[in-house]
Formats: sequence, structure tokens, C-alpha cells
Amino acid sequence: MKSLKSLKRKAPMGLFSLFSLYSYSEPTEPSKYNMPIGVTEVSQSIFDLHMIILWVCVWIGVVVFGVMFFSLWKYRKSRGAVPAKFHDHLGLEIGWTIAATLILVVMAIPSTQVMVSAYDDAEGDINIMITGYQWKWHYKYLEDDISFFSNLTTSQEEIDNAIPKGEFYLEEVDEPLVIPVNKRVRFLITGNDVIHSWWVPDFAVKQDAVPGFINTAWTNVPKTGIYRGACTELCGIKHAFMPVVVRVVEQDEYDAWVGQKIAYALAEKELTSKEWTKEELVERGKGVYATNCVACHQGNGMGIPPVFPALVGSEVVLGNKAKNIEILMEGVQGSAMQSFANQLSETDTAAVLTYIRQSWGNAENGDGEIVVPKEILDYKNNKSL
Amino acid sequence: MSTIIENHDDHDHHHGPAKGISRWLFTTNHKDIGTLYLWFSCIMLFIGGAMALVIRAELFEPGLQIVQPEFFNQMTTNHGLIMVFGVIMPAFVGLANWMIPMQVGAPDMALPRLNNLSFWLLPMAFGVLISTLFMPAGGPNFGWTFYAPLSTTYAPETVTFFIFSVHVMGASSIMGSINIITTILNMRAPGMTLMKMPLFAWSWLITAYLLIAVMPVLAGCVTMMLMDIHFGTSFFNAAGGGDPVLFQHVFWFFGHPEVYIMILPAFGIVSHIIETFSRKPIFGYDSMVYAMASIALLSFVVWAHHMFTVGMPLAGELFFMYSTMLIAIPTGVKVFNWVATMFKGSISFETPMLFAIAFVALFTIGGFSGLMLAIVPADFQYHDTYFVVAHFHYVLVPGALFAIMAGVYYWIPKWTGIMYDEALGKLHFWLSFISVNLTFFPMHFVGLAGMPRRYPDYALQFADFNAMVSVGAFLFGITQLLFLFILLKAIKGGKKATAEVWEDNEQWGLEWTLDSPAPYHTFTVQPEVK
Repeated sequence: MKSLKSLKRKAPMGLFSLFSLYSYSEPTEPSKYNMPIGVTEVSQSIFDLHMIILWVCVWIGVVVFGVMFFSLWKYRKSRGAVPAKFHDHLGLEIGWTIAATLILVVMAIPSTQVMVSAYDDAEGDINIMITGYQWKWHYKYLEDDISFFSNLTTSQEEIDNAIPKGEFYLEEVDEPLVIPVNKRVRFLITGNDVIHSWWVPDFAVKQDAVPGFINTAWTNVPKTGIYRGACTELCGIKHAFMPVVVRVVEQDEYDAWVGQKIAYALAEKELTSKEWTKEELVERGKGVYATNCVACHQGNGMGIPPVFPALVGSEVVLGNKAKNIEILMEGVQGSAMQSFANQLSETDTAAVLTYIRQSWGNAENGDGEIVVPKEILDYKNNKSL
Repeated sequence: MSTIIENHDDHDHHHGPAKGISRWLFTTNHKDIGTLYLWFSCIMLFIGGAMALVIRAELFEPGLQIVQPEFFNQMTTNHGLIMVFGVIMPAFVGLANWMIPMQVGAPDMALPRLNNLSFWLLPMAFGVLISTLFMPAGGPNFGWTFYAPLSTTYAPETVTFFIFSVHVMGASSIMGSINIITTILNMRAPGMTLMKMPLFAWSWLITAYLLIAVMPVLAGCVTMMLMDIHFGTSFFNAAGGGDPVLFQHVFWFFGHPEVYIMILPAFGIVSHIIETFSRKPIFGYDSMVYAMASIALLSFVVWAHHMFTVGMPLAGELFFMYSTMLIAIPTGVKVFNWVATMFKGSISFETPMLFAIAFVALFTIGGFSGLMLAIVPADFQYHDTYFVVAHFHYVLVPGALFAIMAGVYYWIPKWTGIMYDEALGKLHFWLSFISVNLTFFPMHFVGLAGMPRRYPDYALQFADFNAMVSVGAFLFGITQLLFLFILLKAIKGGKKATAEVWEDNEQWGLEWTLDSPAPYHTFTVQPEVK
């Protein structure tokens, strides 16, 4: 690998080659007990650094524990050891202080080099805004005006052990981030609500998503494939259920995907003016509910009171739909209920509202009115006036 | 190190403890208060431990089996808070109360009534904290580091109780520290200069200064949270012009010295034990003191190494990496000194010594992973994974907790006048040693392989090590019931301890010149130290 050769040429790293047991053949199966070598130049140099420091620690440990266990064995009382009287030795004390300092200086040099080379916030060929939400990721391609949410697709039944778990349990999403191979990609990372952290181990990119601030990170992936990561900053109940999946593809495949996404966004817009029947809305709303609402309000609409209220027989759901729309648009202050105004399309909002107002006997007990996309559009337009 | 002139006549106005519950409620006696602190810590150890076992039971295999994520987060949060503020810190204060007056030849703590207050605030603070778990909104669920805005705008209503509880804990710690500093600086026996003072007293003198320096910072931090939640300020709310990262800077400016607050007294305890059972004076007493002082000073300039991924300028990342690496020097010196003390000694392996040896070895492993975490680029991969969990549990469980247990075994004959059961003590050690490694060592592996911390459920490739960790945790938890049994047995009765307790121990400190058990009032006439 070319990138590795250039790494080995850096003189101070060469000093440590005797510590490194690893030679880079192809990184294949991820290790179950060690840091992934990863696929980018940065991740591989970080892995190298990790192994260097690890071996330095191991050797210090061997020496220190060696002397300690030798003393415990040699000078044990049951062997008739007579204690010596000394209680300091200036030369020895100065000597090991200097030795420790030197080892640290030698460690600091490659660490600084790797850090300086990894730290770079210049523009990328592609710039992607990543926003952490409770509990999903939102990706926005700044050049192409594409944006979408990436939700966990592992089913609640798998999590609750009702059915066997799939191969990528908790590491699969509906829409992965797609980036082209061998292109510098810059990430602009922020949070919508609380702090999240976006991590892909194979790229060695981990950056906190802080509300109100934009952090930058970058990568340049030389190998196509699917890479899986996670949210690494505690962000509430579903912290473990908002994985990161990145699909790295060839440039032409990427271009085709971009075209497809733009066409899809146009088609979505047109849906707003379509005439919808109740059945169509309920059918579509069921899917929206399963992706966005089920975590808190549960599949049977019963919620988990008192933290997550039930939708079954809820006054808001049974009564005038204006209040129902408002809650979905604005969220509920001081609760886990967030605003979905920017998270769902008008069509999906109308569909999910219709779904909850028609399901679980709510239609029979309440006014049973449906909500159409135009009403959501009107709400948003009125608000912006 | 120093010779001691026996110079205390017996108490002519002797009065013993009051009878019944009022003895404990109103006591101003340092030994009683020490006992209260230690029992409080012991009870909290079992409560916090039970929470850890809830966590480990849930993580035994992938999927959600026992608890829901909401309750899981309450368990991780309260486990952390209780272990830090309710177990390790009170245990050290308890040992300080018992031992510092006896080590420096003082009749009691300098401020006995304050001493009573600082203890009795603790059960109240923790009563409030734990009661939130039974409230409808649930207890704190934002991690023991309670990062804003998860702990402010998005927190359960009970966060106000949590803030109040932290305030009270802080007040208790500050009062305790004032007491310890005053006692050490003003009430040492004639002739005991600072550089002749026992290392445990030294370690606590430094720790107490750290506490006084940073506890107000924590109080400020939670006060800002309180203002954000109830009074419409925006310290940590970006929407109002505040900064969520400010929270982390303030919290870790408290938090990093706090880490050393939880380990410095352990250094003191272990130094005494290694000296006693190597039958050889501690190597490099002066450098031990200077090392602790440097660690304490450095602890104020390393805080942002907890925040390497938060988005800092390159210069900031490098500064905090270098300053953190520097701490390895004084810490290394301490380890070298302990090893050099054992070298050419005459070593025996009673239970306190076993725990102390395990402390040196396993704390050092925790130090190594700490050094690895200091390397910024590598930390991008380690940060917020189980590697971090492994690291801080290595320094806190086989580190701080083992040192506390070692101290209890070492000093309990002096407190009760009865030798604990040595065979059971050794059994307790070996079971603890094996299970603690079984619990925490595999965490390094799952962390490196990519499992984030504070996850109630995880991907399938982490399953094997997690099962192993859970088995270890339950074994460790059950083993501590044996510890409780040994303690109760050593209080109830058994082989009488001599005054010096351990062979030729009289030379190592004033506490060993007293009878076993130590009388209710000691050193009413101060001994003279030459």
C-alpha cells in the first residue's frame, strides 16, 4: 500500500518499527480485541501510533513488574530475608525521572506528527453537513441540495428478543451516507438538540455534534465498501440506537445516486398537491409511525407513561386536529416530544397524523377527521408570514 | 524515620461515648465519625454495586432483557455518582478521621462539631439523590458527568433534586477538607515537622487543598444549570447565546482534580502498608511528597484531555496532550519508589500487603491506559468507548477501592482490638483479584473493537467479551459480601491484637504506640517526636 510506505518513511516512526508486530497485508476481518486498522491514511497512522504506545507500555510494564515480582520472590521473609536499611538514592531517583521524561518525549514526537497531519479543516471536494438528532442522523449535501435522515432499521422485535437478530443488528440504517471513493470529503458536524458524536472507526473520524456550533472533520476513503459506526456521546434514551452507516462508492455510481436523490425530492414535493384518500394516508402513515414514533409511543400507541404519553384515547388525538398538528409541528416544551416540522415532509406529517387519528379505536371515539398534506403546508406558510 | 518518646499519662477525666443512638447523632469524636463515614461508604458500596449489577445483567447478552434504556441510563448515572461521591470519597474521609489525629499525635480533629455536620450532611444528600429514582419522572439519567443540555433543557424534572444533592455533598467535602487541613497544620505533635509527617497525612493534606479548590467550581457548575433550568438564563443553551462546551470546561476543571482526589489518599495508604510488610523504610520519602504535590498541581492544567473530540484548536489539543503526558513522570516516580521499597526488604504477604501489591500492579495498568488516552490522535478512536471505562475502573477499583480495603485490613485491629480472620482475608483478596480482572480487562478489548460506553444494547460482535465481563462483575459483587462478613467477624470478637499489631510496626508511626483497640480519647497529652 502506497500510503503506508509514505508513513514508514517518516523517520521517527521508523525508530519504532521494532515495536510493531503488524505488517499491513489487506485489512480484512475487523479485530475483536484490537483497534481497527481502518482504511484511510489517518486511521492507519493512528493504528500505528496506538501499537507503538501500547508496546512502550508493555515493555515498561515488563521491566517494572519484573523487578517487583523478583523482589517479592527473592526478598520474602519466609526465605529468611533480612531487610536492608537504605531509604533513598539520589542518583537512581534522578536517573529514572530523566528516563521517564525521555520516553515521554520520544512518544510525543510521532503523536504530534500524526495529530498535525490529521488536523485539517480545509474545504473538501464534497462538503456534507451532519446534524445529530434525538435519535437519528441528518445528512445534507451542501453542493447538491440533497438532504435526508438516516434511521435505525433494526426492528423492535429483534431488540426485544422476539425474533432472531440479523447480522448487522443495531448497525443498519434505512438511508446510509453515500460518498465517492478517493475524494476529500469534509464533514460539518452539529447537533439539533443535545450533544451527539459521529464516529466511523474505519475512518478514525470521531467528532462531537454540539448544538449551536459547527465542528469539522474530513476523510478520504481509498476503498469502496460499507462502513459502520456509532453515536458516542450519551444523548438520551436511544443513544445506542442511532448508528452511522457510510457507503463508499465509485464516482459514477455516486453521480447516479445524486441524480436519483434529486428526482426523488421533486416527486416528494408533488405529492403535496395530490388528492389523498383516507386509506392511502393511513397506509403511508403506518410506515412513518414505525420509523419515527414507535420508540416512545410504542407500536400499540400505549406509550410508556408517564414519560411517553399514550396516543390511544388521548384528548389531543380524539379532538380538534389543529392542536394535533401544532404539537407535531412545535413539539412539547420540557418533554422528549420534539418538533417534527423539519424532520418529516408535509405528506408524511399528514399521513402519520391521519394514521394515529384512525388507529386503535381513536376514529370511533373521536371526531375521526383525516389530515391532508395541504393543511400542513398551510400551517407552515401561516407561521412564516 | 523518627523516634518517639512515650509521654502520655492516662486520662484523669476519662469519659466514654454516650449511650444509644445519640452517641452517633451528636458525636464529635473523630473515631466515631470515622466509623460513621466508613459504614456509610460500605452501605453505598453495596447500593452502587447493585446498580452496577443491573447494568451488567442487562449487558450479559445483546438485546433488551431486564431493563429499558430509560432505567439503564438512570443506573449508569447513579452508579457513577454513588461510587465517586458516596463510596470512594467518604471512605477516604473516614480513614482520615480515624487515622490522621492518631498519626500526627493530636487528641481529635481541630473542628469536632464541623466534623459531625460534614458527616451528617452526606446521608441527607444521598437520601435526596436516591429518592429521585422512586419519583414518577425517574432519577438523573444523563451520566455522572451530566453534560448540558442533556442535563438541563432535556433533563427529567428531578434534576433539581440532583443539583441540590450535589450542592450538599460539596459543602460536606469542603467542611471536611477545612477540618483536615487545620488539624494537620496546627495540631501535629511537637517535633513532627512537615517532612517527618506520615505519608497518609501528607496525601490528605494535598487532597484537601484540591477539594477546597475545585468543589466550589462544581457548585458553580450546578448553579449555572439551576439558573438555566428555572430562571431563564442561557449559560449552556446555544439558542440563547450560551455554550454547551462551557459546561464541559467547567465540569472537567473540577473533574480532573477530582480524579486525583480519589487516588492521592490511596497512595498514602499503600506507602504505609508496603513499608510495614517489607520491613524497610519507604524509599524516597521526599520524592514521594514532591511527586504528590506535582500531580496535584498538574491536575489543574489537564482538564481538556477529557474533551479531545469536542472541537478544539490544534494548539489546544497539543497543549493538553503534553501536560497530560507530564503527569506520567511523578506517577512513575511513585511506582518506582514502591518497587524500590520492596527491593531488598523482608517481605511477608498478609492481606493488606496482598491488596497493596495488587494496587501497585493494577493501578499501573490503569496508568498505562491513561497514557494511551493522552495521545490525542489515538484518543479519537478510544474516546467514549469501553476502553475509557476499562481505564478509569482500573484506577478506581483495583486502584482506589483496593487501597481502601488494604487500609481497612491494615488498621482494623487498631480500631477493634481484634485481628480479622487472615485465611478469609486472603480468600477475599484472591477472589477479588481474579474477578476484578475478569470484569475490567476484557473491557479494553470491546472498547478497542469499537463498543461505545453507556450503551444498553450492542452489536453482536461484542457479545463474548460482554458476557465475560458480566460474569466477572457478579463474582466481584458476591465476593464483597465476604468482605462484609469478615468485617463483622472482626468487630464481634476473635484473636486479640497487640498494640503494634504488625511485627516491629512501632517504628513506623505514632498510631502503633497506642493500645489496641485505641482508647476513645487518645493523645490528650501530645507525644514528642524527635
